[in-house]
Amino acid sequence: MRNGIFRSHSLLPALLGAAVVGLPHLALADAMQTYHLTLEDHTFLPSHLEVPANTHFLIEVTNKDGTTAEFESYDMKFEKIVVGQGHVTAHAGPLPAGTYKFFDDYHPEATGTLTAVAPKE
Amino acid sequence: MLASLLIVFREVMEAGLIIGIVLAATRGISGRTGWVLGGIVAGLAGAILVALFAGRLEEAFAGNGQEVFNAAILCIAVVMLGWHNLWMASHGRQMAAEMKALGQQVARGDRSMLAMAVVIAIAVLREGSEVVLFLYGIAISAEIGFGAMLAGGLLGILGGAALSFVLYRGLLAIPLRWLFSVTSGLVALLAAGMAGQAAALLARDDILPAWGYGLWDTSWLLSDGSLAGRAATALVGYSAQPLGIQVAAWITTLLVLVLGARLIRQSQGQAPPSAQARPRP
Repeated sequence: MRNGIFRSHSLLPALLGAAVVGLPHLALADAMQTYHLTLEDHTFLPSHLEVPANTHFLIEVTNKDGTTAEFESYDMKFEKIVVGQGHVTAHAGPLPAGTYKFFDDYHPEATGTLTAVAPKE
Repeated sequence: MLASLLIVFREVMEAGLIIGIVLAATRGISGRTGWVLGGIVAGLAGAILVALFAGRLEEAFAGNGQEVFNAAILCIAVVMLGWHNLWMASHGRQMAAEMKALGQQVARGDRSMLAMAVVIAIAVLREGSEVVLFLYGIAISAEIGFGAMLAGGLLGILGGAALSFVLYRGLLAIPLRWLFSVTSGLVALLAAGMAGQAAALLARDDILPAWGYGLWDTSWLLSDGSLAGRAATALVGYSAQPLGIQVAAWITTLLVLVLGARLIRQSQGQAPPSAQARPRP
């Protein structure tokens, strides 16, 4: 059992180390391209985005409706509550070239697509 | 009405699957009902609080507030599930034997029950806050047919609760000899899945390194968006395109819990049997 306890002590430095390795990524956030979407009358404007494939990017959603929305995408793996008259920023990518769907989980009629385009050689 | 039923059912189902497993895993611990109900009530109160401050929460942690908060409560749930499993490793066999012999509630499991009540509260809080926001949105929108949508939402809650109950009863059909082995395995998978989800949330917001995006893609087999996919995510942390760190956290948690339980059982096996078995002079 002593061995087991010793191991759990070494877990914390390992986690801290992982967090430090992750820190430089935070600086990346400033350099990332941000794409803007507006929700109005439960409709995304624009309803289509085009982004370069294999890059990190941000999608900022501004909710002009009075109701709460949930900006979600199964393909891009984000799920964020956007309160009425509020805005959120979702992290996305890197995505292989292709088309991805996003929607408002609370108003399934509100949908949009995003196309990741491979850079031309 | 059907739309709102489905939206609410999906959320309640995810919490319900976790609660069903926790209920089966805590069978035979005395005073359990109070802890479980307390966990649900605390979770609902927390869900309403989170719903009230959803806008404020988002602004925290440089706009990553929702992800950091979710990852934090998932980590707490992982620790609590782990604690329960290790506790069961040292008490489970004795509990099963006593339950078989006496057919009644045994073992003072207050500390383990507190851990599981926290898990229930977190499951209810996570999914409940989304249900609260959704139903509140319907209630204030006063659109035509909002009564039907509200009714759909309430049916969704009942459906999710019924699923939780069916899972619980199904698990209870397992003979006592194996029940705690099965539930310990399910609890370990729950914990591993939550650890993986927490790591993925932080990595997608670039707070942790990702160690590779989309290690594999099984969306052709089971997509994250389908009802079965969401159930698999809630039960074992399934993701159709997992991150490297997500898989690493999943495997690490599972290994720690399985090996930890084995170590505890072995150390008990070497020790002399319980004090009651030895006649005292």
